[in-house]
Amino acid sequence: MDKTGHNVTHLRQLESESIFIMREVVAEFERPVMLYSAGKDSSVMVHLARKAFYPGPIPFPLMHVDTGLKFREMYEFRDRFVKSIGAELIVHRHPQAGTADPFKLGTQKCCAILKTQGLLDAIKAGKYDAAFGGARREEEKSRAKERVFSFRDEFGQWDPKNQRPELWSLYNARLNKNESMRVFPLSNWTELDIWMYIHAEKIPVVPMYFAKERDMVAREGQLIPVDTTVPLRKGEKPQRVMCRFRTLGCYPCTGAIRSTAATVPEIIEEMMTVRVSERSTRVIDHDAEGSMETKKREGYF
Amino acid sequence: MSIERFIEENQRKELLRFSTAGSIDDGKSTLIGRLLHDSKNVCEDQLLAVKRVSREKSSAEKLDLALLTDGLKAEREQGITIDVAYRYFATPARKFIIADTPGHEQYTRNMATGASTANLSIVLVDARNGVLTQTRRHAFIAALLGVPHLVVAVNKMDLAGYSEAAFARIRSDFTDFAAKLSIPDIRFIPISALNGDNVVSRSRNMPWYRGESLLEILENVYIASDHNLIDLRFPVQFVLRPDQRFRGYCGQVASGVIRKGDEIMALPSRKVTRVKSIVTFDGDLECAFPPMSVAVTLEDELDISRGDMLAHPHNVPSAEKHFEAMVVWMDEEAMDLNKPYFIKHTTKLARLRVDEVRYRMNVDSLARIAPAPLALNEIGRVVFTATSPLFIDTYGKNRATGGFILIDPASNHTAAAGIVIDREPPDSLPSRIAGMEPVVASLVHHQSLIRQRERIERWRQKPATIWITGLVGAGKTKIAYALEKKLFDLGAVCMVLDGENVRLGINRELDFSAEGRGENIRRVAEIARLANESGIMTICAFVSPSAAIRAQAAEIVGSARFFEVFAGASAEWCEKRDKTGLYAKARRGEIKNFAGVNAPYDIPASPAIALPVEEISTAEAVNRILTFLRSKGVFPSHA
Repeated sequence: MDKTGHNVTHLRQLESESIFIMREVVAEFERPVMLYSAGKDSSVMVHLARKAFYPGPIPFPLMHVDTGLKFREMYEFRDRFVKSIGAELIVHRHPQAGTADPFKLGTQKCCAILKTQGLLDAIKAGKYDAAFGGARREEEKSRAKERVFSFRDEFGQWDPKNQRPELWSLYNARLNKNESMRVFPLSNWTELDIWMYIHAEKIPVVPMYFAKERDMVAREGQLIPVDTTVPLRKGEKPQRVMCRFRTLGCYPCTGAIRSTAATVPEIIEEMMTVRVSERSTRVIDHDAEGSMETKKREGYF
Repeated sequence: MSIERFIEENQRKELLRFSTAGSIDDGKSTLIGRLLHDSKNVCEDQLLAVKRVSREKSSAEKLDLALLTDGLKAEREQGITIDVAYRYFATPARKFIIADTPGHEQYTRNMATGASTANLSIVLVDARNGVLTQTRRHAFIAALLGVPHLVVAVNKMDLAGYSEAAFARIRSDFTDFAAKLSIPDIRFIPISALNGDNVVSRSRNMPWYRGESLLEILENVYIASDHNLIDLRFPVQFVLRPDQRFRGYCGQVASGVIRKGDEIMALPSRKVTRVKSIVTFDGDLECAFPPMSVAVTLEDELDISRGDMLAHPHNVPSAEKHFEAMVVWMDEEAMDLNKPYFIKHTTKLARLRVDEVRYRMNVDSLARIAPAPLALNEIGRVVFTATSPLFIDTYGKNRATGGFILIDPASNHTAAAGIVIDREPPDSLPSRIAGMEPVVASLVHHQSLIRQRERIERWRQKPATIWITGLVGAGKTKIAYALEKKLFDLGAVCMVLDGENVRLGINRELDFSAEGRGENIRRVAEIARLANESGIMTICAFVSPSAAIRAQAAEIVGSARFFEVFAGASAEWCEKRDKTGLYAKARRGEIKNFAGVNAPYDIPASPAIALPVEEISTAEAVNRILTFLRSKGVFPSHA
């Protein structure tokens, strides 16, 4: 607290900034949409959207680009959560979602078709001129240079060498026809901030983030769950492991970590002692040096 | 420490935003990598990835910490950082957001971007190279963007033998340069990012340095007074109307404190009301301050929309269309004086015209250089006119209401960043009539019941404006009144408008700033138009030195009845006849922008009448004008 008592904590500063960004988008764009993945960052983002437009409803739909490869618990949580806050949810599935075999396609192709192409199609189909995403700059090296208002050309492509400079909080929202904007209101949040905020605001998240005994298989250094349709490879044996998920993606690509953290404070405590970065359990980030950047250029979030 | 206590303390942490700048090979990325690594903010898997790449590059045995931060593939290929990257780390004392800005010469715009939100800037200097052109550039930009604290980190001290003399020389060079900048707090620190000297912990290699380590500075520098809590500025971002009962003005408090029950003024309407409530999801508040995002409801229903501003009635920002700013050009496409740029200032978007580039800056010498349209990475002082008033403070007083961006209307690129500066004495601003649009678009032009033809028949004259232009002392006013007398005697109805009589009355609040002079002419032209519309002739005697301003006056009056009369005389001749002493004052520099002495006078290219006043008498001048009016059928009119 400073002498005047007019001090705002770090989390409230981040909250205020995110609300400001969302209101800018609603004021400046015609058809915004919020991408919703059912993960913890999405939960925080939707919570902030409720705050930004209170006492009114969230003035844009939520959209889930569904690969059909999410965990059952995520779908259940998604439907329950969205219903409880009275938001509008659009589910967009790529035509190949459900038939594409991620294990035959390989992670890169699978992601390119189901996620990246799915997302681009969904934005085009809905004629959305702005799409909120929950990405944070801290997550991955190539995201460190992402703008809050990230311009995409008519093909949805990102050009890291030709980004609009962002000064103060003056966001340039101007677009020509068929161009669009990706907007990242959580840009300046870290994983710790997210959990601190979830704790402070009692925001509901998918139970998979909390530790419990699950049937898992160890594969290529990752702990993969077997309670879905993951085919076991030769010689693999499922085992009961006390574990939780630090990030949630599609089941073939999402690893768990061994953990006993079953509450939000326990997760925070674990974060302070475990020194492995957040996206290390995402198989796709490690495909090749620079692979996240390659995907982002093509339109991935 | 229990986790509950950790959470509690974490939530009380302060946030420090800082930017870093350095030239290529100054070791900036290594320094940031070192800060992250030594303050234990690097995860094991990231470190492993760095170790793997370090080995592949086989550049050195040592761990290449720069790889922690050099994000994009293209950069890694070229071995340079090319865009602002944001990093996050925390210590038990504070949370930090680093804007890591490349120091490469053509990326001035990135440095300005990083500095725009920074509490502190770190400028890196290579101990072997000393203060370079780019070091000066970095310091200048930090000062321009109002960064309150500057840390000069003299890096690679290991390669300079940890020499105190090398450090002292750089400190002295930099101090000499920085004396010309207004940076309230400058600190110097000798470091080796590669070896970690004085980065997180104090170095044993430099016992002669007794100051804090870099991290200690970052943790301890006093930032609590960064927000302006005096001048309430609440830019309305969005009007929230979920139903008929609720109308909330959403926005982020830019500065000052807004309280429930406060009397506030809405701009631009200047209507006053009170704050009814300050609404948030977490309940109503008694007051709100920066940087809180809230929704404000008011006692009275006023017409307020996005881009308007709420302020306390006794402390409002200036509403300006015509203003000056320091501008950093950021677009590949250079400034175009004929392009109607968009300006985004607070939450307002308006059209804007570039009036004039007053000078460009050589940021290496801080010298002013000849004005020219700004090109990429150039910085200059520019005069603008916006189509509607902006609610501005000078940047030094208020970062939120003193900064703006320009957007290219064709490419939509963010073309420039601007900083509103304290004005020079306003009489030195270049002159053009400002906006031509009425403030309220819905006004109706009512028709008179008397037709123009009936007026012409009644007065036996066609309405006309005789606009006499020329230098001070050319005899314009004398001719004007002699003409009026002659016309009166002949039975015409006319009136004279001259510089002095309008400034004594209708224009008495106007100053001699560019805006004031532009407005003076605009009002005169409007009065002439009203007089002409009611059938009366006007004779206007004004210096009106620029062709542009005369053309705008003609446009207002109506060019068919606007007759330009040029009282042509040399400045020397006028000065000799001058009894007012104005020429002498202008020669001494006491009056700036005095046409014919220290400002140009555009000689009319095709005036209706050119009077060689050095050669003819006033009576002859009046005769020539009367002859002209007769030939045009103005007076007496051909009925």
